Amino acid sequence: MADDTSGVRPLSPHLQIYRWQVPMLTSILTRITGNALIVSALLWVWWLLAAAASPEAFATADGFLTSWFGDLVMTLSVLGLWYHYLAGLRHLIYDAGRGLDIPTAEKLGWACIIGSVVLTVLTLIIV
Amino acid sequence: MRYLTDRKRAVGKGAAGTGTEHHWYMQVSAVGLALIVPTFIIIAGRALGSDHASVLETFSHPIPAILTALVLVLGLQHFRKGAQIMIEDYWHGTTKKAALIFTTVFSYGLTATGLFALAKIAL
Repeated sequence: MADDTSGVRPLSPHLQIYRWQVPMLTSILTRITGNALIVSALLWVWWLLAAAASPEAFATADGFLTSWFGDLVMTLSVLGLWYHYLAGLRHLIYDAGRGLDIPTAEKLGWACIIGSVVLTVLTLIIV
Repeated sequence: MRYLTDRKRAVGKGAAGTGTEHHWYMQVSAVGLALIVPTFIIIAGRALGSDHASVLETFSHPIPAILTALVLVLGLQHFRKGAQIMIEDYWHGTTKKAALIFTTVFSYGLTATGLFALAKIAL
């Protein structure tokens, strides 16, 4: 049967009609960090390829990634990666049918936000 | 007379075409990545600050090399399928198809480039 609403079906999600809240914010951040990490992956592969190619190419890539701007991008990458990591674990908990009541969901959301900052600081100390 | 069961005729005709396999792949790759990413962050992060010779030395060891290969393959497939959901949420029609093709080509291209660099260093 022809789907006569195919041209006007709504796109999801309808962000503009919701009040901002922790589970919503943390869910959106999961998508943003997951997709933004492609920039980190691209930069890192460029750096690895440069290391494989020649000392000169490595000096260029390494110079960029260890500049203040490179440090900023890499620090944000680590933050994004840890955030996505924790939020992904939270999704696995949700998918198991647990933690879906509102107080627990809000606590898990804050755990993702605070946990990712803590893990990023720890990473910067260790690395 | 058709030799398909009712269930078989319905498969793939849901709102998203397919979904169960995609969701399960994301769960499996998420658990797999959760196991290896913390170690990878430490190895890659330490290598990032060191000189050229140390970088070549690091990635010629088996464990950093294997972890990096796994992160490249699994991580970028996880990205490809995750980005697919975002694209399907926000775009329709030709834009959606073009974005999906671009994401797929880009993910495989970056994986292959990374693996080439890794192989050149490690072997």
